[in-house]
Amino acid sequence: MEQQYIYLDNAAATRLDERVLEAMRPYLFDVYAVATSQFGYSPGLDARDALDDARTRIAAALGAGPEEFIFTSGSTESSNLALKGVALALGEKKGKHIIVSRIEDFSVLHSARALEKQGFRVTYLDVDEFGRLNVGQLRETITPETILVSIQAANQEIGTLQDVAAIGAICREQGVLFHTDATHTFPRVTLDVREVPVDLVTVTAHLIHGPKGVGGLYVREGTPLAKWMDGGFQESNLRAGTENIPGAVGFAKAVELVTPGETARMQGMRDRLIERLLQIPHSRLNGHPTLRLPHNANVSFRFVEGESILLHMDMRGFAVSTGSACFSRSLEASHVILGIGGNHERAHGSVRFTFGRFNRAGDVDAAVDAISDVIKNLRAISPLGKE
Amino acid sequence: MPLPYSEIVMEHFRNPRNVGRIEDPDAKAIEGSPACGDMVAVYLKVDPEDLRITDVKFESYGCASNIATGSIITEMAQGKTLEEAKAITWKQASEVLGGLPPIKVHCSVLAVDGLHAAIQNYEERHGLVKERVPTTIEVVRRRLKRVMNPVVGLDLVHTKLVKEIEVADGTVRVVLDLPADHQFAANIHEEIVEKIEPLWDVDEVIVEFTE
Repeated sequence: MEQQYIYLDNAAATRLDERVLEAMRPYLFDVYAVATSQFGYSPGLDARDALDDARTRIAAALGAGPEEFIFTSGSTESSNLALKGVALALGEKKGKHIIVSRIEDFSVLHSARALEKQGFRVTYLDVDEFGRLNVGQLRETITPETILVSIQAANQEIGTLQDVAAIGAICREQGVLFHTDATHTFPRVTLDVREVPVDLVTVTAHLIHGPKGVGGLYVREGTPLAKWMDGGFQESNLRAGTENIPGAVGFAKAVELVTPGETARMQGMRDRLIERLLQIPHSRLNGHPTLRLPHNANVSFRFVEGESILLHMDMRGFAVSTGSACFSRSLEASHVILGIGGNHERAHGSVRFTFGRFNRAGDVDAAVDAISDVIKNLRAISPLGKE
Repeated sequence: MPLPYSEIVMEHFRNPRNVGRIEDPDAKAIEGSPACGDMVAVYLKVDPEDLRITDVKFESYGCASNIATGSIITEMAQGKTLEEAKAITWKQASEVLGGLPPIKVHCSVLAVDGLHAAIQNYEERHGLVKERVPTTIEVVRRRLKRVMNPVVGLDLVHTKLVKEIEVADGTVRVVLDLPADHQFAANIHEEIVEKIEPLWDVDEVIVEFTE
């Protein structure tokens, strides 16, 4: 019997849960009208109800009210809106300084770069060897011209969690808006906006077995945010475009299906995976040993290159990811591995494993057995590590 | 398979030929460095009578494109005279492999450079360098094209990191548009010296950094 393909790249995309599809189905075939006002036709009213209900449920998972949550096409758009929307709203009024970390996702980093070209000043804060931000350094970096701090809740590659509560407290104390990209944590790692002083939160459906193409942005009431996508008056007049109602309904269902029990199961698999991978000679963990995403393991293997590892793993029926320059479309090594003080060599041999709902306990040992063999074979043809 | 590589590339990647190390080789060369990305080592055994390659092996610390090219060029060079092997170009290797994705050209060229450098190493060791070309700025620039800028994984010349080159009385001075305290400054420095110093008329290599 042929072995089933084992997918361990759930931080890139996840398989849709059938229950999500079932929840979406009526809004693809029966209630397909646009959401209309209370004076519209009945299918439009049903659509409106479904959208409101989805909004209420997703916002509640953040401890927020429905009026504080807007739907977008995904986390890239959410973070673009957060950075550019605040810049547009406050750039002329308050100042032109923005603070981000060096290891943010490209949706934040490249939005910041784009704003730099328009005359904004951006500070890229360093992180420590585990990927953690120095909160004291953040406080010193804030100036009277600072309008926004954008720091991720967890890192996309090495899985390191940031102290969002402490960062939020400093921003609040200094009177600066705080955006966090919670793409990889929501809703597995609790973030309650009633307890954490955060003004904008980026979330997405496609990493929790929901559909691709739908995400959202939490916007605390009263947060100055300029509209960036122009058109109609949808989403509290903050994001124009026909509402993606099946997507919104699917997103809400996906949020509801994430349980603490499932997350704990993933964490158990993660811990076993890390423990076994670190038994491979010349390996080291990337990211923090404990303050990390429950479903992320990232390990660098010396003397071997990531793209070669990936292709061999694929041939053996496993999907994993790497920070190697050879694998990236830009031929640049992972800015995250370099950002935690790693060199090219460490990025070159880094491999990321991320679990999802459909992974089984046996996947861990199968993956370790496969990668141990692949690394042994690649090391045999490597000019390094022989002496 | 919907991979960007041809079937031939994948076949050589899966089952690379002539892999390994020759103990006591007649010549060897290492191109690239772990600090900068891919790296390849090429080992040669040469018959001193007719200057024919009797054995060639390679080792790779690199991606599929690097491994497959190492495999194909060692296959192409096996049994050839040094002169014939010298004439093997990257273009020929890439054609035999059924083409390579443009973004992967650099890693592949590295393997071909490895073969050429190993042949050059044999010629230098055995006094076969026919005409000694004096080192000029152009010669230095060509060698610097084989030093990687680790920030982007492309060479120093391409990424416009080389600000100035001076050649005078056996001293080569290279000025880089990079701060001296840059993360990779020491690595780049070392690699430049490694590439330029073996030139027959060079006594000293000075690398300077600027902000």
